[in-house]
Order: sequence, then C-alpha cells, then structure tokens
Amino acid sequence: MKVHEYQAKQILQRAGIPIPDGRLATTPDEAESAAKAIGASVAVKAQVHAGGRGKAGGIKVAKSPSDAKAAATAILGMEIKGLRVGKVYVERAADVASELYLGITLDRDRRRPVVMLSTVGGMEIEEVAVASPNKIARGWPSPLLGLLAFEARALVFAAGVAEAQRETVVDIARRLYRVYAETDANLVEINPLFVQKDGSVLAGDAKLDVDDNALFRQADLAKLKEVSPDEEAEERARALGFSFVQLDGDVGIIGNGAGLVMATLDAVRNAGGRAANFLDVGGGAKEAVVKAALEIVLSNPRVRSVMINIFGGITRGDEVAKGILAVIEKHPPSVPLVVRLSGTEAEAGRRLLEGAALESRATMDEAAAEAVRLAQEPARA
Amino acid sequence: MSVLLDRNTRVIVQGMGREGRFHADRMKEYGTKVVGGTKPGAGGTFIDGIPMFDTVASAVEETGANASIVFVPAPAAMDALLEAIDAQIELVIAITEGIPVADMLKVAAVLETAATTLVGPNGPGAITPGQSKIGIMPAENFSPGGVGFVSRSGTLTYEIADLLTRAGLGQSTCIGVGGDPVIGLPTPDAVRLLNEDPATEAIVIVGEIGGSAEERAAEYLRAEGKKPAVAFIAGRSAPPGKRMGHAGAIVSGNQGTAESKVRGFEEAGIPVASAPSDIPRLLKEVLHH
Repeated sequence: MKVHEYQAKQILQRAGIPIPDGRLATTPDEAESAAKAIGASVAVKAQVHAGGRGKAGGIKVAKSPSDAKAAATAILGMEIKGLRVGKVYVERAADVASELYLGITLDRDRRRPVVMLSTVGGMEIEEVAVASPNKIARGWPSPLLGLLAFEARALVFAAGVAEAQRETVVDIARRLYRVYAETDANLVEINPLFVQKDGSVLAGDAKLDVDDNALFRQADLAKLKEVSPDEEAEERARALGFSFVQLDGDVGIIGNGAGLVMATLDAVRNAGGRAANFLDVGGGAKEAVVKAALEIVLSNPRVRSVMINIFGGITRGDEVAKGILAVIEKHPPSVPLVVRLSGTEAEAGRRLLEGAALESRATMDEAAAEAVRLAQEPARA
Repeated sequence: MSVLLDRNTRVIVQGMGREGRFHADRMKEYGTKVVGGTKPGAGGTFIDGIPMFDTVASAVEETGANASIVFVPAPAAMDALLEAIDAQIELVIAITEGIPVADMLKVAAVLETAATTLVGPNGPGAITPGQSKIGIMPAENFSPGGVGFVSRSGTLTYEIADLLTRAGLGQSTCIGVGGDPVIGLPTPDAVRLLNEDPATEAIVIVGEIGGSAEERAAEYLRAEGKKPAVAFIAGRSAPPGKRMGHAGAIVSGNQGTAESKVRGFEEAGIPVASAPSDIPRLLKEVLHH
C-alpha cells in the first residue's frame, strides 16, 4: 500500500527527519494561501500514487503566491499515468547544493533489509543503479538489531558523503531505518535528500510503501489507503478473498492457486490468445465463490470467453462441477465458458457437466485452446 | 532414503483450529506419525485423539517430535515459528499465508544460527510419497519413485505431481517452498538437498516470476549438478509491476523476469518446459541420456 508524499513526510518528521515547510491544497486558492503562509519560493507537487511526477509536469516551482495559484490550476485535474491529480503539496523550495539518495527495502536473496545511500540522488537513480551500481553504497543490517551506528557510518564513508554532512546523514539513515521497521514498509525512500547551500540536510521527497500483510497492526496507516478507479475491481475481489489482477486481453481466467492461474495465463498465450485477467479464488470453489468470481470477470466488457481451471485437491471435482452448474443455471453467462477440472473426483465432475451450456475439456492446454478459439470467433448475434 | 521427512518423522501440529485439525486427520490417514499438537491452556487434553500440549518445548519433551507443521494465523505466526525454532525442532513446515515480511525477516535472522530447517511459509508443505506427508497436498496425486520435486506453488504442484504420477514417474520427495518473498528454504537450498539425496534420480524445479531463486538454483546445478533436471516457470506472460497472487511473484524493473530464469536454466543445460504437460516428456528424455 502506497501513501502520498505529504503523508510520508509527516511520518518522517515525526521520526525526527527534517522536511521543508509544506501544506496540502486541493484548490488553486488553497495553494495560493499556502504559498503566502510559507513566505518564500515554493514547489507545487502533484500528490498521486505514481512515479515520474516531475517528468510528467506534475511538479512546478513558483516564486510568488499568484504563481503558486497558477501552478496549482495547471496541476490539479491533470492525469499522471492514468491517475487524476486531486491534491497538491505546496512546499518551501530548497536552496539546493547537492542531492543524495537514501532508501531501504528488502533484499530477497540475502533475506535482509538493504539500506542504500548514494551521492548521485535525483530523478535518474534507477539508471545509476543499472549503469554504475558502485555509486550506490549498500548495507544489510540485522532485522533484529536495526541499523547500527557503525553500519550507518560505513555507508556514509562508502558513498563519499561530504564531511560536513556525515553525522547528519548517519542520524537520518538510522531514523529512516526506524521508520522502515515501525511502519512495516516494503520500501521507504528519500530521493532526493537535499544538501542545502548552508550545509543543512532536508528530505526533498518521500516514498513509503507499506506491506499489505501488516495492515492488521498498522491501523493508522491503513486509514490512508486510497483505491483508484482501475483498482476497484481488484479491491472488490480482495474483499471476497480472491486475488485479482486486470490484464488487457479478452479471455477471462478463473482458477485456484496462484501458480496454477499463472500457468493458465501462459497456456492461453501459448494458444495464441491473451488473458483478460488473473483471478485466483484461493482454496475451494463452491457455488458462491464461482458466482462471485464470474461476476468480477464478466464485469470487464472486453471479455469474449471465460476459462475456469480448477485443480480439485482437498476440494472435490464433483462439488466444483455442482457449483458451476448452479451458477450457470441461475445466471447464464453472456459469453462462452470453458471448464477444465482436474484432480480429485475430476471424472465425476466432468460427467456432471455433460450437456450443460459450457465446454468441458480434460487438460489445461485443450481448455486454453478452446477458450482462445471462442474469444476469436466473430461476435454472435 | 529421502530428504527432510520419512516414515520415522514425528510431527506435532501448531494451530489446532479447523484447518489444522482437518489436515492433521489427512496426515494421519496417510501414515504420517502425528504425535501431538500445541494449544496453550489445553495441555493434557486430546483433540481428535491427538494429545495436546501447552508449549512446543513440552510437546517435544513428551513425544520426541522432530518436526512441526504450523497453521497458526498470520498475526501470531512469527511467535509460533520462533517457539518451534527455540525448541530445536529439526523440520518446521509453515502453511500460514499472509505473514508480514518484517516478521519473516526476523525469523530468517534467527534461523541463521539455528538447527532448524524451515519450509514455507505460504506453501503446501512437503511429502515423501509412500512414507510421510507434512502438508496439505492431496496425497493421491503423488506416488513413490525417484523424481525430486521443488515448487513455489500449491495447486500447480498437485497438477504436476499428478502428471508425473500418470506418466509413471514417481517422486522421492516433493518440497513446496512457498510463494512468499522471504521463505525458510529457498529453491536453491531445496535443490541442493535433492541433488545430494541418493534416492533422487532427477529433479523437477517449478518456479515463478519474481526474485532470483531460480537463477541461483540454475547456477548451483551448472556447477555441482549430479543428476538430470527439468524446469518450468509460471508467469511467462505476466506483465511487469503486477503481483500475480503470490506476494513473491512480481516482476520489478528487470528483476525476476521469466526470460532471465529460462535463460539461466538453459545455460545450465536444463530444459525448460513450455507447459506443465511437457514436463514428463522432457524428464523421460533427460533420464534416458
């Protein structure tokens, strides 16, 4: 779960990390009075859950309150990567001498957090990471002990931070680690971390992405969750205990188990088609589950056929078949359905499906081929 | 021989809720020695004929258990895993889904100096067909034989085990390592166990997009592989930035792509199946070489 820059900055500030004076605005007038209150040049920054705001024109510098109003007028309502900007953060412009990068995330291979520090901060950090990885100093603190002082010092020396800022950056890195741990973050990042001409250090931007699995104990952060229009179906599915991802093809997919559903998407592609979604119903596939899953998949107008791929494990194939039959009798789907049952009692399940208004196939490959063929058929009258 | 578990493995169940009870029963049916369970406050009682203990330590002391299966819900799972590690249980299998990454990082840090092998979380468990299963997999899809099988998935594992069984390719041990970003026994370590197991004649590796465990497994086998192997990667058609169900299955930047995994295996001389149905054929080919 991502939070906005202004929310992340409040969290940093509470942790004792210096941030520029800033205010949130949802109208151009509010932006103007925010700039007036700050009483200096400001940056007007779009608050959306998307990277690359600067490049998209979502960040503008304003020298006066009336400039800030004009900047907010331009930014509010614009779309960045498909997301409409509904609020801007107006913040005192920093007197920048140089830009650092500081970030903490998970290193899967080492099974440790990784703290990254670089003196080449700013917008191009991803390119730096690829082109000259040695310009990013890395440390792997123990999750049991946190980022120790000597570890933070080693990072600051390895990155080549100027002497005047070393102590401050060590302190900020250790505070940022505490934010990482206390918020159950997947990622916490300050980029750029400004060094101002007077030598002071300030968080120019802040990114915080919180582990969804930890929201049960992060009640305050959970309240900050925002669902964008294109995430609504995914959110609805999550509420039902499904895992759902919208894709851009026309073959709807329903299956049980993440790996099996991924393999089903691949089978559809192998058959020359494109999947419209990923939908994992999790364990079991009783009537109510099949019905809810079908509704979500069919709410996408692009779907031209649906493939249901269920491996009966603890759940029996005949019970799954009964669930599917009950659904299509009461709510006949608007597009053809291809069902593939395997595993426990699959033969019994397939016998039950004989004569029903659907196609039944014995293997994943055959079912995918049929679903792709049906999706590509000219629309039926 | 087998790895991790055999007919002598003595298991306790942590988390005797509905799911734990159901699978404890299925495991007993299969012949697994389920010797106890933990339920704080219920020590001295029995649930479904299984003796209950207040703590893992007392369960180990009374029953001689050397393995545990954990069904404890995510918010309390770290505690359950650390309790099992503290009691020096050799094999801990975690079924629980949705454990926070921060909790698993702490568990992984404790494991660095512990005697325990943790399999999972968020996986189906492990089975040595014909001897013992510690997990939630439907046993009828598995059969005894010489194929060692490592997988990050649940149902896809059952599907492939079923294909192998139908093709007459029985399995030595199947290990579901789990679909989370931080797991106790990553794919390369599981592959190493099977590579060194005399009862395993060939290895099947079922991976997913995300992380670099498959690349590392391929590298290990290229250097030290003693037996033929076949791989399959799920999620070859998944777009970047989208998490495909499993928390660990996400392509971010150029990390964790199917292409990089397929290339890794191919460079190690390990054929990669284009679909699960292709695995038995490829396996027979490499076995006859």
